[in-house]
Amino acid sequence: MNDLFTIPVILGIIYSGLRLATPYLYASIGEAFVQNSGVYNLGVDGIMLMGAFSGFYVGMKTGNLWWGLLAAMGVGLLMGLLMAVVSVTLKAEQGISGIGLYMFGLGLSSLLFKKTMTGVESISGFQPVRIPLLGNIPYLGDVLFNHNLLVYGAFLLVPLASFILYKTPFGLMIRAVGQNPQAADTLGINVDRIRYITVSLGGMLAGIAGASLSISLINLFQENMTSGMGFIAIALVYFGSWRPWGIMGGALLFSFVNALQLWLQVLGVNFPYDFAVMLPYAMTILALAISVRRAAMPDALGKPFERGEF
Amino acid sequence: MSTQVLGLDGRLPTGQMRIEEMRMIGIVKRFPGVLANDHVDFDVRAGEIHALLGENGAGKTTLMRQLYGLYRPDAGKILINGVEQHFNSPQDAIRAGIGMIHQHFMLVPSLTVVENVALGLKSSRGVLLDLDRVEKRVRELSEQYGLKVDPKAYVWQLAVGEQQRVEILKALYRGAALLILDEPTAVLTPQEVEDLFRTLRQMARDGHALIFISHKLHEVLAISDRVTVLRDGRVVGSRPTKETNKVELAQMMVGRPVILQYERSPAQLGEVQLAIENLVVGGDRGQDAVRNVSLEVHAGEILGLAGVSGNGQRELAEALAGLRPVKSGRILLCGKDVTHEPPGARIALGQSYIPEERLRDGTIKEFSVADNLILEDHHKPPFSRQIFLNFNAIREVSKRLVNEYNVKTPSVDTPVKNLSGGNIQKLILARELSRRPKVLIASQPTRGVDIGATEYIHQRLLEQRQAGTAILLISEDLDEIRALSDRIAVMYEGEIVGIVDGPSATAEQLGLMMAGVREGGQHHLEKIRL
Ligand SMILES: Nc1ncnc2c1ncn2[C@@H]1O[C@H](COP(=O)(O)OP(=O)(O)OP(=O)(O)O)[C@@H](O)[C@H]1O
Ligand SMILES: [Mg+2]
Repeated sequence: MNDLFTIPVILGIIYSGLRLATPYLYASIGEAFVQNSGVYNLGVDGIMLMGAFSGFYVGMKTGNLWWGLLAAMGVGLLMGLLMAVVSVTLKAEQGISGIGLYMFGLGLSSLLFKKTMTGVESISGFQPVRIPLLGNIPYLGDVLFNHNLLVYGAFLLVPLASFILYKTPFGLMIRAVGQNPQAADTLGINVDRIRYITVSLGGMLAGIAGASLSISLINLFQENMTSGMGFIAIALVYFGSWRPWGIMGGALLFSFVNALQLWLQVLGVNFPYDFAVMLPYAMTILALAISVRRAAMPDALGKPFERGEF
Repeated sequence: MSTQVLGLDGRLPTGQMRIEEMRMIGIVKRFPGVLANDHVDFDVRAGEIHALLGENGAGKTTLMRQLYGLYRPDAGKILINGVEQHFNSPQDAIRAGIGMIHQHFMLVPSLTVVENVALGLKSSRGVLLDLDRVEKRVRELSEQYGLKVDPKAYVWQLAVGEQQRVEILKALYRGAALLILDEPTAVLTPQEVEDLFRTLRQMARDGHALIFISHKLHEVLAISDRVTVLRDGRVVGSRPTKETNKVELAQMMVGRPVILQYERSPAQLGEVQLAIENLVVGGDRGQDAVRNVSLEVHAGEILGLAGVSGNGQRELAEALAGLRPVKSGRILLCGKDVTHEPPGARIALGQSYIPEERLRDGTIKEFSVADNLILEDHHKPPFSRQIFLNFNAIREVSKRLVNEYNVKTPSVDTPVKNLSGGNIQKLILARELSRRPKVLIASQPTRGVDIGATEYIHQRLLEQRQAGTAILLISEDLDEIRALSDRIAVMYEGEIVGIVDGPSATAEQLGLMMAGVREGGQHHLEKIRL
């Protein structure tokens, strides 16, 4: 147990924790936009899988990771749009359509993988970029300022999302549409259009989340490689009370526990493997049960909007 | 001064162009099974308050929603200053200078006053919110029109009267020259109504055009210049307010003479059916909303509970219904302690409850009229046979109740959300009273209900009293309390200030008690705080 709390190990845990948080941040912040506007998309995991596949495939074929990232964004956007058509225009039950979208992404990404690749191949993903000056700080420089661009992007997304939601007229409209769409409607706000935008944006960010696995963190594609990360991302939105900074807190907590658990295994600490793997998930459930502020939940979450109800 | 304010350039003090004349001509609007507006003509001019009167379901809200761009007319024209308008959304109507205060407030509770005002508007700073500038303008407007409200408060923190001021500010901020007020007084206390009227008179003086919808005849007579009455979607008539009176208007609305005074036999007191002992109930924000209340209601009497809204009446009613936990004290229903029993147990003992928030607590709005009518008794014959629902019996009983209680609905299969407010209230009443309750808790049973239906509901309540039901009538309407109650208890800041004899109580006496002056107390206001 002693060698667990040496400085290099602690720094290692922080370093991997930040990396692990990346896909959760993209996916959860995206879902936060979606839910703040009164829709919930349970298909995040499916979109992530498609994003992971298209990012990897296009990146590999073109030899340019940026094309891969763009492809992941595009595919995510389209899947978000599909969700918007079904849940906003056709007013389908959102829980069911989200699960449908998940199954669709899971199935299609596996199929495409089998059709296009012979086995698990790997790729050289985005490389770490050391930030000048900051990157030279002893210890901290290595841990905080020597990551690849997608990791930085994930953490920059947090203040950006918070700014959009709380400091812009557009963010105000998103929150109003999620809390009381009737009121927004009577002020001439196009409720459906706002929801189309957020749900598509959420899809695009979920696409990036998937790509962050396949071309920046793990650098390969495997069937069902997310193994449910998209669902954890949704839980983190609740955990963070629908606010970007809260979500980041949740994502970090989850990822650090996960990193700790990985290091336990790496160091061969005598701790049952299955429990170690369960640890972050158990933590999440526990934290969720304690922390969720129902009051912060958008009132119209999950309810399709129709004019003329009073 | 007024000539200066009115100006000669046709502008309002807010800087907006005046709407000299708005005309709706031959408006027709159909909903499935309902002709809500049948060739309606309606107009309003700058500087005028035009009242629109009509029973529940007469089509008032529907007419105004077309003027505000929420619905499109099936036929007819809307002219503003002689120019025909085609509104596809509220945005078009707002641009044309129309504002609307809705029957059910359209505010986002989790946002502040300023955020609610700024919502949906372009910011003067582009992509950045300009809430400080909005706040400045809101303060100006609220100063100008006597609309007191804290711009930085969250809407959920505000009392109903304040929320309404926010709605008016929202419309003024958007430059409304014509303001529609859909039953603005239904939820206000008498003092708040006075304040509102002062604001409305000033707006009219300044050259705004105002449309005022209400069921309350004395308000219409007090505030309007002209009255138009709708019945079953058609205009029955239009009168200058000076040339009409309550009796005529009531008759126009209902289509028959209306009784405004009831005959009552002396109460035949039976046993105590509902006993409340030292009850303490918590409020929404942690404080005690009901403090040490003790009351007894006998079979065959109506106990009126008066008080200004927000003094604990709602929490008391919810506690009695089993919807809100009790902190201490006891509730005895027909001699049985039900303090911590769920609503179902109370219903089984013969208690009925008419809630204040009828859309939220009284009905399931997506369900049909018939389903809502059997909500509490669906598991009993004749509505169920073993594990199956008996649809024939359900429809038959529903049709009878809908007829008997005069609920206006296309059919018993219509979802309740499509009924007008007053008709939803009648529906709840039909359900609760047809169960022949031993104890009835009626919370604001006629709020937002027209006079025809009010008369009807009052008669039914008196009938129930005659039949031996113990009735607790909670109401902010003093006329209603005085017309029906055998005894009147007054609630103030969570406590019972006193109980007086119903028939002999005067409005002044009750008014003082509602302000916290104890029965027989002196002229000073006694602050009751723990
Ligand atoms: N969206 C809708 N769909 C179907 N029917 C509707 C709808 N809105 C209103 N109606 C029906 O149209 C008629 C007129 O309703 P409206 O709400 O205009 O009445 P109102 O005069 O405002 O009544 P109240 O005083 O109860 O508010 C009613 O019969 C109502 O059931
Ligand atoms: Mg109405």
